[in-house]
Amino acid sequence: MSTLTQANDHDHDHKPTGLKRWFFSTNHKDIGTLYLIFALTMFFVGGSMAMIIRAELFQPGLQFVDPQFYNSMVTVHALIMIFGAVMPAGVGLANWMIPLMIGAPDMALPRMNNMSFWILPFAFALLISTLFMEGGGPAGGWTMYPPLVLQTGAAFPFLILAVHFLGISSIMGAINIIVTVFNMRAPGMTLMKMPLFVWTWVITSFLLVASLPVLAGGVTMLLTDKYFGTSFFNAAGGGDPVLFQHIFWFFGHPEVYILALPAFGIVSQIIPAFARKPLFGYASMVYATASIAILSFFVWAHHMFTVGLPVKGELFFMYATMLIAVPTGVKVFNWMATMWKGSMTFETPMLFSIAFVILFTIGGFSGLMLGITPVDFQYHDTYFVVAHFHYVLLTGAVFALMGAVYYWLPKWTGYMYDEKLGQIHFWLSTITANILFFPQHFLGLAGMPRRIPDYNVQFADFNMISSIGGFAYGISQLLFVYIVIKCVLGGKKAKALSWEGAKGLEWTVPSPAPHHTFETPPKLTKAMLEH
Amino acid sequence: MKSIFQKIIVGLVLLPFTALADWGLNLTRGATTISNEIYDLHMLSLWIVTIIGIVVFGIMFWSIFHHRKSKGVKPATFSHSTTVEVIWTIIPLAIIISLAVPATSLLIKMHDTSEAQITLKATGYQWKWKYDYLDEDLTIYSALDEKSSEASQRDSGINPMEVDNYLLDVDNLIVLPINTKIRILTTANDVIHAWWVPALGWKRDAIPGFINDNWAVIEKPGIYRGQCAEICGKGHGYMPIVVKAVPMDEYKIWVAEMKAEQEAKKNTSGMVLTMEELMTKGETVYKAQCLMCHQANGQGLKGAFPALAGSPMATEPAQRLGHIKQILNGKGIMPAYGEQLSDVEIAAVTTYERNAWGNDTGDIVQAKEVAEARTKK
Repeated sequence: MSTLTQANDHDHDHKPTGLKRWFFSTNHKDIGTLYLIFALTMFFVGGSMAMIIRAELFQPGLQFVDPQFYNSMVTVHALIMIFGAVMPAGVGLANWMIPLMIGAPDMALPRMNNMSFWILPFAFALLISTLFMEGGGPAGGWTMYPPLVLQTGAAFPFLILAVHFLGISSIMGAINIIVTVFNMRAPGMTLMKMPLFVWTWVITSFLLVASLPVLAGGVTMLLTDKYFGTSFFNAAGGGDPVLFQHIFWFFGHPEVYILALPAFGIVSQIIPAFARKPLFGYASMVYATASIAILSFFVWAHHMFTVGLPVKGELFFMYATMLIAVPTGVKVFNWMATMWKGSMTFETPMLFSIAFVILFTIGGFSGLMLGITPVDFQYHDTYFVVAHFHYVLLTGAVFALMGAVYYWLPKWTGYMYDEKLGQIHFWLSTITANILFFPQHFLGLAGMPRRIPDYNVQFADFNMISSIGGFAYGISQLLFVYIVIKCVLGGKKAKALSWEGAKGLEWTVPSPAPHHTFETPPKLTKAMLEH
Repeated sequence: MKSIFQKIIVGLVLLPFTALADWGLNLTRGATTISNEIYDLHMLSLWIVTIIGIVVFGIMFWSIFHHRKSKGVKPATFSHSTTVEVIWTIIPLAIIISLAVPATSLLIKMHDTSEAQITLKATGYQWKWKYDYLDEDLTIYSALDEKSSEASQRDSGINPMEVDNYLLDVDNLIVLPINTKIRILTTANDVIHAWWVPALGWKRDAIPGFINDNWAVIEKPGIYRGQCAEICGKGHGYMPIVVKAVPMDEYKIWVAEMKAEQEAKKNTSGMVLTMEELMTKGETVYKAQCLMCHQANGQGLKGAFPALAGSPMATEPAQRLGHIKQILNGKGIMPAYGEQLSDVEIAAVTTYERNAWGNDTGDIVQAKEVAEARTKK
C-alpha cells in the first residue's frame, strides 16, 4: 500500500503497527488482548511458585528451600494469582467482550484503559523484584497481617507500593466498565436485556470501587506504622492488630466475589449456548448476583472467627455467611435448569462450564461448613481452608476463564481452536486439579495447619498425592498455551456465529472481530436481544 | 535439577511403603465434651452437603446423559418458573436454619468461661510457647524438641519417618488435670500466633496486647498434640503444643515437682563450670533457643538474622558485656532471654557463641558475670 492510499484510507479496519499499536493502544480489543496475555504469563509465574511449594511439601523434611523463602513463595504466589492472573484475565475479557456485547464502539475511557493496563507490568516488576532484596520477599502471607508483616525487610515499602498500583489499576478498570455500560449501550439494549456477563461485570466493578480504597487505606496505615511512628496496629501504642484484619477482610471478602462473579457471568453465557436453550431465570440471576455482592460486605469477619470476637458478633457473621448459600444456590439451580431439556453438545467451553458448576459447588459446600462458627474453630487455618478456596478459585474462577477463552477464541482469532486438544486439556486439568486439591480436605481435617513448610509424617501420603496432582496440573497447562498459539496461527476458519447455539451481539460481527466495531450503533432486533 | 527428580522418583518408589503414615480422612472426636459436639455438628453438615451434592449432581448428570443433541433431543424453550424458583429458595433457607440452630447453642456454650477451676495462660513467642499457671506461680517454656529440630534442618540427613512425633514434640510438655474446667487464656509477645490442640475442639489466636479466653474440660487422660495455626514467621511450622492430661492428684504432684525444680534453677549465680562443661551446656541451649534464627553454623540468614560466627559482638573483648546483655534483654525482633534462662545457661551459651565456629576467643563466661550483668544498666 502506497503512502498516498494510506493517507486516504477509509478502511475501518486500519490499525497502527508495532510498538505504537501495543504500547499506546486505546483500542478495547488490543488492550483486552494485552490483559489476557499478561494474565496468562502471571498464571505461569504464580504457578511456578506453586510448584516450588508442592515440591517442598512432597515429602516430610526440608529438601529444597528455607522456611523463610517458603513463606515468601506462599505469599507471592497468592498475590500474583489473585491480582496478576485471575483479575487481569477477567478485565481482559471485559475489555474485549463488553463493548461487543452491548453494541458500543469501544470503552468509554480509552486512554484510562491503556493506563490501567500498563500499570500492571510495573507493579508486578516491583513485587517480584522484592524476592531478590535483602531479607527476602514479603513472607507474612498475602493477608499482610501486622505485626508479622512489619518484620519484612527492604521489601516492605515495595510491597505496599505494588499493592497501591494494583489497586489504582483495578479501580480505573472498574470505573471504565461502569461508565461504558451505563452510557454506551446501543439503543434498545436496556439493562435487563444485557447479557449476564455484562451484568456480573458491572456488579463486580462496584465491588472494586467500593472495596479497593479500603485496602489502600489499610496498607498505608501499615506503612505509617513502620516508618512514621504511628500505632494503628500496635497494641503497645494503644492500637489494635486485629483492626487491620477488619480493614483487610472488609476489602478481602468482596474481593472473593470480584474473582467469582465474572466467572458466574461467563458460565451463564456458555451453558445456554451449548444447551441451545435460553438461560433459565435471567432476572433471578441478576438479583442473585446483586444480593451476593451486597451480602459480601457483611460477612468479612468469618475470616476472623478465631481472633476472639464477642459471641454476638460471631453469631451475626455466621448467619450472614450462611445466608450467602441461598443466592448462590439459586444460581446453581438456574444453570441446572438451563441444561434441563436442552439439546446439549459438549465442546471444550461447555465442559469447563459444567466442571465449574460442579467443582465450584463443592467449594461452596466446604464454604458453608467453614461458615459454621463452632466447627470453624477446628477448620480455620488448616488445609481444609486451602482446599476450599482453591476449589472456588482454581476449579471455579480459573476453569470459567479458560472456558471463556475457548468460547471466544474463534471470535478473537478468526480460527477454530483444535477441539480434540481442547478436550484433552480439559480432562487433564479436571482430573489433576482434583488429585491436587481433594486430598487437602483430608489433610486439614486430620489437623495439618496451612502455611507450614514441613509436617508430621502422618500427613505424608496425602501431601505426596497432592504434589503429584500439582505437578501434573502445572504441566497440563502448557498444552493450553500450545492450543492458543496454534489457534492464533491458523486452523479451521470461524464463522461470525462460531457456535450454533450462541446468542448475543458479539456473534453478529465477523470473526475475527474487525479492529473497530459498532462505529454506528447496531439496529437491534428482538432475536438479537435473546439471552 | 537432577536432585529434585531423583528425590521425586525415590518418593514415588517409596509411596506404597510409607506405612508409618496413616490415612487420616476426617476430624477426630477429641477429648472434651465440646470437641465431641463439634465433631457431631461437623458430621451433620458434612452429611447435609453430601446429600445435596448427590441429589443436585445426580439430576445434572441425568440431564447431561439424556438431554443431548446426539440423542436427537429438540431443545425446550422455557426460561423461568416462579414456583420452582420459590421452592429452591426456600429449601436451602430451611436447611441452613436447621444448621444454624445447633451451631448457635454450641457457640454460646463455648463462650462460657465462667467458674473455671484452673487458669492457664499461653503466650506465643517466635517460636515457642510460654505457659503461666496463674493459680500456681509456675511458668513453663515449651519449644520444639531437639530431635525434631535437628531432623527438620534442610538436608539434615535424618529421615523424619524415624523421629517420634516429628515436629509434634516439645522439650517441656505441659500437664493439665482431667475432669476440671480449665480456662485457657491466649496472648502473644511479638506477632500473632494461634494456639490449637485439635483434641480440645478449638483454636484461638494469640494476639500481642490482647488476651482471649477459652475453656476445656478434658475427659480422657492422654497426650494431646497440636501446633501454632497462624503464620508467625519462618518458625511457624516449628512451634508444637503438647498437653498431657492426668488425674488431679498426679497433676498436683507434677506442679510441686516443677516448682521445686525451678526453685533449684533460680539460684545458679554461684556455679562455676569448666570450659568443657560450659561448651556442652551452651551447645544444648543454643540448639534449643538460638539455632532457628542464627543457624547451626552460626552464619545466620543474610538480611534477616545476623551471623554470630566472626561477628564483632561475639568476638571482641570490648563487646563481652554487650553480648551478655543482648541475650538478657533482646534487641529488635530478638527476644529477651533473661527471664527464661538461668544465669548459668546464659553464661554457657555466651561462652559457646564466643568459642564455636572458629570464634575461638578463649573467653570463659561464668554465671556470676551474668548475675552482675543483670543489675548493670
